[in-house]
Amino acid sequence: MDFEEWKDFVDGDWKSEINVRDFIQKNYTPYEGNSKFLAEATENTKKLWDEVLELYKKERENGGVLEISNDIASTISSHDAGYIDKNLEKIVGLQTEKPLKRAIMPSGGIRIVEQSCEAYGKKVSDKIEDIYHNYRRTHNDGVFTAYTPEIRAARTSHIITGLPDGYGRGRIIGDYRRIALYGIDRLIEDKKAQFANAILHDVTEYIIQEREEIHDQIEALEELKVMAEKYGFDISKPAKDAVEAVQWLYFGYLGAVKQQNGAAMSIGRTSTFLDIYFERDLKQGKLTEAEAQEIMDHFVMKLRMVRFLRTPKYDELFSGDPVWVTESIGGMGLDGRTLVTKNSFRVLHTLETLGPAPEPNLTVLWSTNLPKGFKDFCTGLSIKTSSIQYENDDLMRGYWGDDYGIACCVSAMRIGKQMQFFGARCNLAKSLLYAINGGRDEITGKQVAPKFEAITSDYLDYDEVMEKFDNIMEWVSKIYINALNIIHYMHDKYCYESLEMALHDKDIFRTMACGIAGLSVVADSLSAIKYAKVKVIRDESGLAVDYKVEGDFPKYGNDDDRVDSIAVDIVKKFMNKLRKQKTYRLSKPTMSILTITSNVVYGKHTGSTPDGRKAGEPFGPGANPLHGRDTHGALAVLNTISKLPYKHAEDGISYTFAIVPSALGKSDKDRVNNLTSLLDGYFAKMSHHINVNVFDRSLLLDAMDHPEKYPQLTIRVSGYAVNFIKLTREQQLDVINRTIHEKF
Amino acid sequence: MNDLIGKIHSVETFGTVDGPGIRYVIFMQGCPLKCKYCHNRDTWEIGTGLEVTSENLVKQILKYKTYIQTSGGGVTASGGEALLQAKFLTNLFKELQQKGIHTALDTAGSLPINDDIKELLKYTDLILLDIKHINNEKCIELTGSSNTNELNFAKYLSENNIPMWIRQVIVPGITDDKKDLEKLKEFISTLKSVEKVELLPYHNLGKFKWTNLGFEYPLENTPQATEEDIQKAKEILEI
Repeated sequence: MDFEEWKDFVDGDWKSEINVRDFIQKNYTPYEGNSKFLAEATENTKKLWDEVLELYKKERENGGVLEISNDIASTISSHDAGYIDKNLEKIVGLQTEKPLKRAIMPSGGIRIVEQSCEAYGKKVSDKIEDIYHNYRRTHNDGVFTAYTPEIRAARTSHIITGLPDGYGRGRIIGDYRRIALYGIDRLIEDKKAQFANAILHDVTEYIIQEREEIHDQIEALEELKVMAEKYGFDISKPAKDAVEAVQWLYFGYLGAVKQQNGAAMSIGRTSTFLDIYFERDLKQGKLTEAEAQEIMDHFVMKLRMVRFLRTPKYDELFSGDPVWVTESIGGMGLDGRTLVTKNSFRVLHTLETLGPAPEPNLTVLWSTNLPKGFKDFCTGLSIKTSSIQYENDDLMRGYWGDDYGIACCVSAMRIGKQMQFFGARCNLAKSLLYAINGGRDEITGKQVAPKFEAITSDYLDYDEVMEKFDNIMEWVSKIYINALNIIHYMHDKYCYESLEMALHDKDIFRTMACGIAGLSVVADSLSAIKYAKVKVIRDESGLAVDYKVEGDFPKYGNDDDRVDSIAVDIVKKFMNKLRKQKTYRLSKPTMSILTITSNVVYGKHTGSTPDGRKAGEPFGPGANPLHGRDTHGALAVLNTISKLPYKHAEDGISYTFAIVPSALGKSDKDRVNNLTSLLDGYFAKMSHHINVNVFDRSLLLDAMDHPEKYPQLTIRVSGYAVNFIKLTREQQLDVINRTIHEKF
Repeated sequence: MNDLIGKIHSVETFGTVDGPGIRYVIFMQGCPLKCKYCHNRDTWEIGTGLEVTSENLVKQILKYKTYIQTSGGGVTASGGEALLQAKFLTNLFKELQQKGIHTALDTAGSLPINDDIKELLKYTDLILLDIKHINNEKCIELTGSSNTNELNFAKYLSENNIPMWIRQVIVPGITDDKKDLEKLKEFISTLKSVEKVELLPYHNLGKFKWTNLGFEYPLENTPQATEEDIQKAKEILEI
């Protein structure tokens, strides 16, 4: 098949099959230069962005939510076309008919929508309430009909926690590039062929589910055409130039965020793909650099405006209104050419043309082989904006090839070929306390895990604790996976992501993405038990409620193998327990060491721990050491983190790094050089991820008191970026108290 | 004292302000000076500190070799006064140089030059020489010691062509007098091997260490140096 729109593109398999990677490899132009070619924001862009900033202000003044579309259950084509300022917008499309007006998506859960509306002084329309209470079951309802009493107890006591049973699971990346390259009609044709082939001799449950899903996928693609028509576009055919390619791709993404209120709605790895269109237009003289930047600016502006309606409880977990529009940038190809293009620079340059922002979640796939000009451009921007996260392409390429993207924070997946069942996390620090207390909760005293003999000695014995901890991990991993199996069965049934999955191949690789919280607390606790003496303090019922540490012990985060090896061992152990479980749709269990901002709330629900951490105090985020425990400087922490084995934590290992500018070096040039070397050194050790924050503590303190002065202040927290002033006060304090590397 | 055992206060694995590139900084324990603005008050006491062997320290440092080498960095021995443990550092630096790691000494040159120090300088790639005060009386007032040793030290470095960076802490009202700075400039101009002159703005972030140890902070009422103070001093020094 050939299209007029494909003129001047190099031939390949991509013409006869859906194969975006092949198209990219045959057609892209690596760029090894520096950032000098970039253009500044156009007048149009500045004007439009000012209008958006004005809307942001109104949203803030209105308590965080501007408006709610409370009488339409959002679907791909449910709302009329909406604009910010039609004459200025190069890229169009909003989730509802007005900017920042939030849609409701009751298929996830009607009560959640009701609570969210109430939190902002609104009410869901009677019609919607009637439908979802009386005629249509939701994901949330489905999950709770099937949960076992044991799962409920584990959930209530926060040993497994943050589960996507009360919010959309997200973490699926549609290959939105396919729409630009092929047009919808070609994609439908492909899906119809898949449908025709999805018949085996025995029509088993598996085949029935698959056929129904492909049917829904085709419908979603048809509906996307209807949505685009409302904006006056016919996307049945491929995009013919750069502006159309961006528009088509964005329409795909927009359809996804109209259909799904997923916890993380990432966009994939789009900038180098789009660069092929920009290069063609630039070569033919159809476009100037300023116009190219303008298109990217307007695209990114739209991504910054995606909004979901969420409950205050959700915000407690993942604060700051995150969407995780993660865009993965750069990396190297399997053939050794860099995948950095001029458009990789352009998308990052939006941090300058539009100023810093948490969304899209700009993620640089770092390789020590990236062009120097690109590396220094990225680190320079990090120093200026704290808005970039870095993940190790040299590590992930070996696992996922060279066309993977990051979903949410740290979860790599091959674009269009892989998805995950997001599983939040298990509170390992609490699990350790259950081991000591014979399965009783250290806060409520309730028997949550099956009863076994509690530890009764005055001082903790390492071997005894480890044996019991092992048993608890065995138990918790089982109910954890059981809970996830129920959640994802129901999500597929009641809240299926038909559009995102329409932009996938037929046979996809699924992971069951589990996670752990409190790793550093567990490692330090076990280290204290092993190398110091830990005395147990019990209440009158014999429940261990506090601990007294006598003597010093090696602490996680100082590049000390004595304790770091304990952390590594725990990661392996828990992952191996997960591997033993039976999973929904034969998904492969994986694990992340990531908490996002939820380290605060998990800590709040966990009693005192044997490392001397007091009840209620936050955990370290992700794989970070506990606040203030690292005393050997930044690189010692990095070395500790780099020991954690990715092969046992394939869903990602998140580390959040914060440093004051003066501790990075004396001149701007030194700072860039040192940060680039830091990243090269860190990733050469096959570490996985790092968030880079560069700011002064005093700036954050001022922003707490005068949020109005810092509308765009962005910081990076365990896998995502967030608007500092949108965090809860508690989380703001956590960020400020977290180790900021200072030196004097 | 065993030459192979050093007494250290602490280490910083990501040092970026004491010499070029990313540096592993070793803060040596013990100092003969009593600088009023000292930000490491807890390093003064001689004879205490964490005991380390040079072999072990080298092993630790090598874990950071990638960072050090990609950034053009190295190892800096700071303090305290590093010269107090010259023999230990000689062993350490010798070993490090063999492994291709750049060595720097952050010192006030506050001891008379002896054979041990001369030996150490053979294995030192760069000296960060902190001139406490060019005016001897003021130097005694600020540090409790005369500046004879440090000026002699600078001359020795110059005569032997050992690369140095001259550092001067700018403390408003104490080290930024125009005449003193002019005198400093004149002194520097007599030295041959100066690669760089660095001005370090005085800050009071080390104050809590004095308080924690139960001492009164001597510069309670002295303001921190501003960007303007630094600029002014730079103009006088013509750097």
